[in-house]
Amino acid sequence: MSVEHVPRDRIDSYPTHRIAGYGVRPGRPMPFGATLVPGGVNFSVFSNGADAMSLVLYRRGAPAPMAELPFPRGFRVGGVFAMVVYGLDYEDLEYGYRAYGPERPRFGDRFDPTRVLADPYARSVSGRDVWGAVPDWEREYPYRSRLVFDDFDWDGDTPLRVPAEDLVVYEAHVRGFTRNPNSGVRSPGTYAGLAEKIPYLRELGVNCVELMPVFEFDEFENSRVLPGTGERLYNYWGYSTLGFYAPKAGYAATGRYGMQADELKTLVRQLHRAGIEVVLDVVFNHTAEGNENGPTISFRGLDNAVYYMLTPSGQYYNFSGTGNTFNCNHPVVRDFVLDCLRFWASEYHIDGFRFDLAAILDRDIHGAPLANPPLLESLAHDPVLRDCKLIAEAWDAGGLYQVGNFPNYGRWAEWNGKYRDTVRRFLKGDPALAGEMATRYTGSSDLYGGRGAVASVNFVTCHDGFTLNDLVSYDEKHNEANGEGNRDGADDNNSWNHGVEGPTDDPDIAALRLRQLKNAMAILLTSHGVPMLLAGDEVANTQNGNNNAYCHDSELSWFDWELVEKNAELLSFVRACVAFRHAHPVLRGAGHFRGTDYAGTGYQDLSWHGVRAWEPDWSPGSRFVASLRCGGHAKGGTVQDDFVYVAVNSHWEALDVELPRLPEGARWRVFADTSLPAPRDAHAPGTEPEAADQAAYRVGPRSVVVLVGPRAAAQASSDNPSD
Amino acid sequence: MEVKKRTVGEVTVVSVLGDLDGRSAPAAQDRLLGLIPSGGRVLIDMTGVPYMSSAGLRTMLLVYRRAQAVNGAIALAGVSPELRSVMSATGFLEFFTISDTVRRGIEELRA
Repeated sequence: MSVEHVPRDRIDSYPTHRIAGYGVRPGRPMPFGATLVPGGVNFSVFSNGADAMSLVLYRRGAPAPMAELPFPRGFRVGGVFAMVVYGLDYEDLEYGYRAYGPERPRFGDRFDPTRVLADPYARSVSGRDVWGAVPDWEREYPYRSRLVFDDFDWDGDTPLRVPAEDLVVYEAHVRGFTRNPNSGVRSPGTYAGLAEKIPYLRELGVNCVELMPVFEFDEFENSRVLPGTGERLYNYWGYSTLGFYAPKAGYAATGRYGMQADELKTLVRQLHRAGIEVVLDVVFNHTAEGNENGPTISFRGLDNAVYYMLTPSGQYYNFSGTGNTFNCNHPVVRDFVLDCLRFWASEYHIDGFRFDLAAILDRDIHGAPLANPPLLESLAHDPVLRDCKLIAEAWDAGGLYQVGNFPNYGRWAEWNGKYRDTVRRFLKGDPALAGEMATRYTGSSDLYGGRGAVASVNFVTCHDGFTLNDLVSYDEKHNEANGEGNRDGADDNNSWNHGVEGPTDDPDIAALRLRQLKNAMAILLTSHGVPMLLAGDEVANTQNGNNNAYCHDSELSWFDWELVEKNAELLSFVRACVAFRHAHPVLRGAGHFRGTDYAGTGYQDLSWHGVRAWEPDWSPGSRFVASLRCGGHAKGGTVQDDFVYVAVNSHWEALDVELPRLPEGARWRVFADTSLPAPRDAHAPGTEPEAADQAAYRVGPRSVVVLVGPRAAAQASSDNPSD
Repeated sequence: MEVKKRTVGEVTVVSVLGDLDGRSAPAAQDRLLGLIPSGGRVLIDMTGVPYMSSAGLRTMLLVYRRAQAVNGAIALAGVSPELRSVMSATGFLEFFTISDTVRRGIEELRA
């Protein structure tokens, strides 16, 4: 029997005490943070080292507090201070904490009651509400904790749960994607602006966007004006978190009104409707508090020795290269990270996470790598995160390089840095790489055997380094605009300018570069594993040879939307490659190839070929790799697909190549040939023209050829042998 | 914050005047729900609302949905461009039927 729902008041929704003019009562320790409860707000903060704590309340934007409420002794449970405060105007409220405790850096304690500390669990942070608006540098407590409403109407949105092997990931910077005025969106550089470009993403065919950091950070951190140009440099990328639970307000068109949470959720809801998942790039390896000379913002003043890895003398370990190292395998911090990811997965419907410098996440509290790091294990087995993609950048700035052996529990994927390096070198024609190229192309079974190709996130470029256009246009990095004398940024780029450094009018060089861009895209999008594109590479976006554009909020780093027209040829080639990938499950296996004919088709699941069919050439002089995938083995033999033959020739001369024979009745069709002028360079699925010669194909110099052998014809033929 | 009601033909026009924020929203909600008749057609005139906060947006959506449940037809009119863009960015816009002007809204509700 059902009864009508009648809301009733709670018997604990009334104050029991008065402090500083506010009605209060003992709060609930869980959940941590500030939570709306009937009539009030439950504030809960913990510190194992603090002797006492006060809640500091501000009117929004006011320089000085409107009230300071010490937590009475009876409002503590263990190290948790909890209090409900009644009669607050949530929307006009900023809050923080003042923690009292020992100031003994030698022993790790850095309590500083002169500071007001941000709530580590704050759902919103004010102070940088509008991107680039010059802050009041004198303001006490600059990054203030705020409340947000969490009753967003998701309108039925549920996780997409796209299998990882079916993803095409698109790495983008929220601001850079639409900040250029030529983006044509109503609110350039915002979550709402990105949402306006969803039709573009759909047409491109990507089904996952990986957003560079969207947790609140300060774009003015280390900001400086370059002498000479007068350009202001920012922390544009945002790999320096101020609020792990707070979306970046300056990325919201509505940040000035404090509505960034609703705006980001709206973006996620709209992307999901378009069939596009959202992965967040998260930075748990360090915080914005820096080393002993950095600002005290939150963690340092609450429980310094808990949140940071400290040397025996109380100094900060610096495995992140940014001053401090988050103490991820401390039991308290481990829970903090886990709770935070659960929050983003459940509250913002996020589909996965890419962990910046993730090798730090498997160091113990002294910095030593752990064989079985509890944090990574917890994340891998967590029920809330069960369907989330977990992707590691499997190295750190302390020299720990774990590509291929990141502790993974069968769950974690990795940015495959070796794929990037090998494809780059092979593309420019380096010798003695045919064998390694074949391994990288097919999901790096040497690195991910037992984990499957799905553990390999393949990429040729990402935000960190050259864009694809610059990879084929520059031999050397050109980071002068960063103001560090071109000393910053990586030197081992495996790039090649093809004859002239930077832009050129030489039509031969321009044509060769365009072909190399297509080659890279064709290789990436037919590789086994999960492909990731850097936003803008599909239209040859440039950073003028800058391979470390972290500090530029300018045309240098923004997506140039004029290129959509100007480089329409490349864009339509990339669209065709993405469509080809989606059309062919044989390209998207989760596991590795076995090199056998386990499905009984008469063909191995994967076979290698050279200039002669069935005779691959792995010799040091070989710059030609051709593979044949048999569609009868698609998705482990559970799905029927076509044959796909991919020939990559990084030699400077054309090769006349013998093609492997298809079953009786099936004929090779040409999906892509990067040596041919558009529109013959690639074709939409189902419209591929038949190859003139079924026995041989001329693969042009520095070119990729992709052929498809339709299964339907082969099956019809074998079903009806009298034909 | 003020709420006024008038009738144009068979359409009830409820005008809201003033900012809708955390302070004014609870009272606005009570007033609006009290003025919106059960049945009939309702137009909420937002011409006099320069700003809505998060709480204001939520209140309007609640009122709108409760009215929708007892009325065949309800719409908003007079939403300023700034407010409209805030509602669009935060996802609220798509839950409302919005007419460009009050006159237009009345005509559309009569049709």
